[in-house]
Amino acid sequence: MATPNTPLWEVFIRSRNGLAHKHVGSLHASDTTMALQAARDIYTRRGEGLSIWVVPSTAITASDPAEKGMMFEPAESKIYRHPTFYEVPDEVGHM
Amino acid sequence: MYTQALSTTETDDRGLEDAAKAAQFQARIDAEERIEPNDWMPAAYRKTLTRQISQHAHSEIVGMLPEGNWITRAPSLRRKAALLAKVQDECGHGLYLYAAAETLGTSREELVDAMLAGKAKYSSIFNYPTLTWADIGIIGWLVDGAAIMNQIPLCRCSYGPYARAMIRVCKEESFHQRQGYEIVLTLCRGSDEQQAMAQEALNRWWWPVLMMFGPPDATSQHSDTSTKWKIKRFSNDELRQKFVDATVPQAQYLGLTIPDPGMIQDADGHWPYSEIDWTEFKQVLAGNGPCNRDRLAARGKAHDEGAWVREAAAAYAAKRARRQTAQAAE
Repeated sequence: MATPNTPLWEVFIRSRNGLAHKHVGSLHASDTTMALQAARDIYTRRGEGLSIWVVPSTAITASDPAEKGMMFEPAESKIYRHPTFYEVPDEVGHM
Repeated sequence: MYTQALSTTETDDRGLEDAAKAAQFQARIDAEERIEPNDWMPAAYRKTLTRQISQHAHSEIVGMLPEGNWITRAPSLRRKAALLAKVQDECGHGLYLYAAAETLGTSREELVDAMLAGKAKYSSIFNYPTLTWADIGIIGWLVDGAAIMNQIPLCRCSYGPYARAMIRVCKEESFHQRQGYEIVLTLCRGSDEQQAMAQEALNRWWWPVLMMFGPPDATSQHSDTSTKWKIKRFSNDELRQKFVDATVPQAQYLGLTIPDPGMIQDADGHWPYSEIDWTEFKQVLAGNGPCNRDRLAARGKAHDEGAWVREAAAAYAAKRARRQTAQAAE
């Protein structure tokens, strides 16, 4: 008999206060409690974190990499959003 | 660890696919870009990686068995705690790898079922028995050492999730090798019987460990595609030689003799080794190694005996979900 699937979760860990939670991987668990415990066991065996988030993988909506051109083009063409676009004479010093 | 070259690559079927997409894909690989799960990829790339990563995962999980054999008989609490931590790590490595394999579209359950049904392979090395405590030291030193040699280039593999899993694995694996070497070193500084035990274990493991790198380059049929796709960065023989060169001085320090009489360092600093018995390798891969049946039976038993836990957890989650829906409806 085929083994039934257990839901997939994405795991995010804050390595220390002041830093954002960062995606570290995924795991399988049937509910939130077990997902948190499994995340503790799988991803923090050497003191990697102070805080864990687990999120059902199905709850994540992702952009389509095939459309990344269209998706990110608006940012690429706006070089005036960067400080280096503007001319400030050397005499003015660091700004 | 342990991808070995048991993974034969799929034949390149790009002819059937959009040639423009395939060319674009190869250009990305050539530019050292990483491929991510939702990117377009040739079907053969997906299939090759699914097989290689899942075999690697199965190897980590089956690899817990030979070492688990000694947890209750470790000679001290220090050794026992370390071995327990190492075996836990192997389990963790298996899980990172299953997660990486799943991003290619096959569920972990399907992958595990294929292994239990004997349809998927795992590294040949785990089909050898651990007869004495010295074997645990030799496994850490040599089996994990060989695995590290194999895995470091995989940290730069073209497939992002696999490369990331390998980075984590490599960080943890270094403790495994050092704890193994320490065990062997302690035996070598011990009584005559302990030294003999270390030597005897090395004699048994040396050749199977060299086989972990897979068949010789001359007979390895499919590594071309893997190399072109930057899944593989070094050939089997290159990695094997690197491993031998690193290991010989470590053995000399221990006062152990590598069971390959007449090894002499050449002018380039390499240690040439004798012909490997590839018939034995093929036999073990074909299921006729000393422990193949035992390993599969042990995995099958653990899986079956865990079925009620999976069912109970699923039933509990379903009950809570129903209760939440009912409360929301009130």
